[in-house]
Amino acid sequence: MIQGQISRISGPVVQAKGMEGIKIRDLVEVGELGLIGEVIEIKGDAVSVQVYEDTDGLKVGEPVKSEAKPFLVQLGPGLLGSIYDGIQRPLEIIREQSGSFIQRGATGEPLQTKKAWHFVPVAKAGDAVGVGDVVGTVQEGPTIQHKILVPEGVSGRIASIREGDYTITQPVARLENGDPIMMVQVWPIRQARRYAEKVATGIPLITGQRIFDTFFPVPKGGSAIIPGPFGSGKTVSQQALAKWSDATVVIYVGCGERGNEMTEVLTEFPHLEDPNTGAPLMNRTILIANTSNMPVAARETSIYTGITLAEYYRDMGYDVALFADSTSRWAEALREISGRLEEMPGEEGYPTYLASRIAEFYERSGRVVCLGQDRRQGSVTVIGAVSPPGGDFSEPVTQNSLRIAGAFWGLDARLAYSRHFPAINWLTSYTLYLDALREWFTKEVATDFLDLRTEMVDILQREDELRKIVQLVGRESLSEPDKLLLDVARTIREDFLRQSAFHEVDAYCPSKKQYYMMRAILAFYHQCQTRLGTMPYDEIAALPAWEELSKMRYLPNDNFEADFESLLGRLTAGAAEPAPAGARS
Amino acid sequence: MATGLYGKAYRKIQDIKGPLIFLEPVKDVRYGERVTITDSQDHSKGGQVLDVGERAIVIQVFEGSDGLDKKATAVFFTGDVVKLGLSEDMLGRVFDGSGKPADGLGDVYPEAELPINGSPLNPVARRQPFEWIQTGISAIDIMNTLVKGQKLPIFTGAGLPANRVAVQIARQVIRQSGEELIVVFAGMGITSREYSYFYREFQESGALANSVLFLNLADDPTIERILTPRLALTTAEYFAFTKGRDVLVIMTDMLNYANALREISSAREEIPGRRGYPGYLYTDLATNYERAGIVKGQRGSITQLPIVTMPNDDITHPVIDLTGYITEGQIILARELDRKGYYPPINPLPSLSRLMNLGIGSDKTREDHKQLSDQLYALYAQGKDLEKLTAIIGSEGLGAAEKQIIDFTTRFESEYINQGDQPRSLEESLALGWDLLSGVARGELRRVEDKYVDKYMTKRAARAAGD
Ligand SMILES: Nc1ncnc2c1ncn2[C@@H]1O[C@H](COP(=O)(O)OP(=O)(O)O)[C@@H](O)[C@H]1O
Ligand SMILES: [Mg+2]
Repeated sequence: MIQGQISRISGPVVQAKGMEGIKIRDLVEVGELGLIGEVIEIKGDAVSVQVYEDTDGLKVGEPVKSEAKPFLVQLGPGLLGSIYDGIQRPLEIIREQSGSFIQRGATGEPLQTKKAWHFVPVAKAGDAVGVGDVVGTVQEGPTIQHKILVPEGVSGRIASIREGDYTITQPVARLENGDPIMMVQVWPIRQARRYAEKVATGIPLITGQRIFDTFFPVPKGGSAIIPGPFGSGKTVSQQALAKWSDATVVIYVGCGERGNEMTEVLTEFPHLEDPNTGAPLMNRTILIANTSNMPVAARETSIYTGITLAEYYRDMGYDVALFADSTSRWAEALREISGRLEEMPGEEGYPTYLASRIAEFYERSGRVVCLGQDRRQGSVTVIGAVSPPGGDFSEPVTQNSLRIAGAFWGLDARLAYSRHFPAINWLTSYTLYLDALREWFTKEVATDFLDLRTEMVDILQREDELRKIVQLVGRESLSEPDKLLLDVARTIREDFLRQSAFHEVDAYCPSKKQYYMMRAILAFYHQCQTRLGTMPYDEIAALPAWEELSKMRYLPNDNFEADFESLLGRLTAGAAEPAPAGARS
Repeated sequence: MATGLYGKAYRKIQDIKGPLIFLEPVKDVRYGERVTITDSQDHSKGGQVLDVGERAIVIQVFEGSDGLDKKATAVFFTGDVVKLGLSEDMLGRVFDGSGKPADGLGDVYPEAELPINGSPLNPVARRQPFEWIQTGISAIDIMNTLVKGQKLPIFTGAGLPANRVAVQIARQVIRQSGEELIVVFAGMGITSREYSYFYREFQESGALANSVLFLNLADDPTIERILTPRLALTTAEYFAFTKGRDVLVIMTDMLNYANALREISSAREEIPGRRGYPGYLYTDLATNYERAGIVKGQRGSITQLPIVTMPNDDITHPVIDLTGYITEGQIILARELDRKGYYPPINPLPSLSRLMNLGIGSDKTREDHKQLSDQLYALYAQGKDLEKLTAIIGSEGLGAAEKQIIDFTTRFESEYINQGDQPRSLEESLALGWDLLSGVARGELRRVEDKYVDKYMTKRAARAAGD
């Protein structure tokens, strides 16, 4: 035990003296209240500590203690469905103990220590096991099998292992060398968990959101950023993805944002169904909530706590999606702490190591072969919201994230103003994963899926050029094919890309339905193109088919194939005939 | 423990710089501790410890350091963080920006004393707001619905009628909750004219008896403004969460609050962020704005209506930008509409109520509310673009549908937005909205479903659309 004394207090940063032997990132208890903090700098005989709780009332000379160990998260059954703060304090338990407002010095066990879980062995006595091997499983909630992994630094032959009910700290197996294996293990959050190797990603994260799945898909194990000014839809997008994506486990990090948004997830998720398993969504979800009014140092940590939990479930062989809302608040926490340390500032006051921290974080995404003999694969997909000041994407957090992430989903205030949601700008957004995903889409959805996508993207690009011309000379002076293209582009924007997160049917759109919608729009477009020679444009523009296209998104999600086949038939026949005079203005 | 510290005068001042005093180290001083400072005339000022180290103790002086010198100045420590004494007797009272009675009615005997920084509300203890508050303003009720427990700021420009809008909203909120509602008002750097306006309005609406006012006027000490919103919010929390009352907090002008923070930060020579504001401005603003909402299992609520001036009408100004990032939407006043003589000059496009969806719909307002609102937004946005286009190419280049949208836009501004002081009922606002839509061809209305068009667009309107 190292014990020193506070020598200076400046907001969330406290300096202490007499801490010989302490290391960077060691956990300390500060002051008489035992506030939790982490060593972030050692300079001469003084160490600087970032304190995870409010430092009001502390005074110089109060004790600072440390076991000289870093901050470790606890990993084991019981994580799913929980809500933690940035340093894995269980917020439900904290509330039971200290009421609605979080009191300083509040603590609670992240995992229930008294609850017994039913352990079913996979390995048997005599098996040689090493780090990452699965010794058995525990049913965690209705749908997820929690795999009990041999922790780092443990290996040998199993001496005994037995099915039964255990608490997380009772050994479920023992090795011949006497080492116990328990259901709980710990991990230092700033260190990435190990894996055997990274492998290529080729399966998309299916989100049910057309703009993401069809236009800018991301694979399981990929990374994407959602930058946008306030009110453009970062949070609603992240929440829609957390609800609908086909990840097995979802980690949602509310990093320095609103309390009510966490409440929203907590209120809704238990009543929503996981689209893939039908179980309540909350069962696959872990929330890390360090809202903007909670201590800033713990906000900095929340990102690492979140990604470590994600890696842990990845290591069981699962596909995990992590949502961080917002990475900018994390970067600002870094800046705030750095300022208190009086470090040399880089761009816009951010510390010079901002770029490397962002890169390290996104690098923890990926698809991997896990440690362990069965060579199972798991993935972590990272999707980070970015909140650029003034909506200006040239700022350091956006730029540094952009360099690393594989997809860029840029939100556009102007689309949000006209209530076009998701307000993703289809011209500036991109994904670098199309080639990696080509095979999957071809095999699993349709051979021409990506061709249709390309045609749609081209139409929108062409629309943008035409709009610039319209700005100068007006729409009436365009050629008829160009007018038709504008109409189709509008249908693509309004009836395909636009998607309501709040409509019962439209909120989720299966990949196959997305494909059919594309086909319908483009088939009709081609039909109109050939008719332009024989039918006046004005009549084409008034065809009732346009209206049918605008209602496709509401076609029921089960059994839409039949509906679409008949729609496709009508588009190339009946509905493509002019309406009787007077039926439409 | 350290009884020696208190009641004793500490005079070893190293430096006085702007609103800061640097004092030689004193043992047992607490971070965030409240202090009293006296000058050579024995006038006393309030202060707070900002930094305690082995080389110096930094103290911010709320009333500013004017009149202080190195020799005669004495610092007295209290051993306690800044707290506010609270009591139901505060109702109907006026305090200055640092919480001292300013109405000559004497001290309030406190029932409770709470640190003014408050504690973070545990996210699991929050309850989602869902009750909409009718303001009588179509641009808010229909397009940016206010919900009880929401923090919804008004972004305004110099000379725009933000106070009038705030008062109009407050009046409706008061009317709706009758005797029950408590108004807490925090004025930071406002003029006495502005103050009298609020005072008179509260008096006329009968809300004064149920109000608590904290007032730092334009010529009051600037640093004191750091305290004012915290005092107001501590008071609000007391009434909401220990007394179970619904509280409306009006805070104006948060720009002045942020400027006081900037002053302290630059006196401390901290690394400045955008436009000289400290890097922790976001966190600091959030710790104030997040003190709104509803707590599970408790009766009260805090609804916040902050007013923030946009310098040069610049919506990207850091204080505005960060406020928008924290609050649950924003109501934006536009000079363009004000110049046309329209009141309230609310520009709906960049305005937003993030809690709107929780407060509207068939069991709360009406089933068609959301779609109607979305449609008005979409058309108005399109219309504003078309107006720009017309300015270049003239209206001859427009098609028939486009002309209808331009007409819609004109009516939308002059009739829908520009409603004057007259409150509209929900039904009136909805009906007028549909009426505006009826002038536009059905094919252009992609946000509204047939069933609502059939039901709510009037016969007269439907005929017009069919023409
Ligand atoms: N996909 C969507 N569907 C419908 N409405 C949306 C969608 N995305 C955003 N919105 C609307 O925009 C508002 C702001 O979105 P939000 O995600 O909170 O923005 P941000 O996190 O970027 O500040 C929401 O309250 C909602 O009304
Ligand atoms: Mg958000």
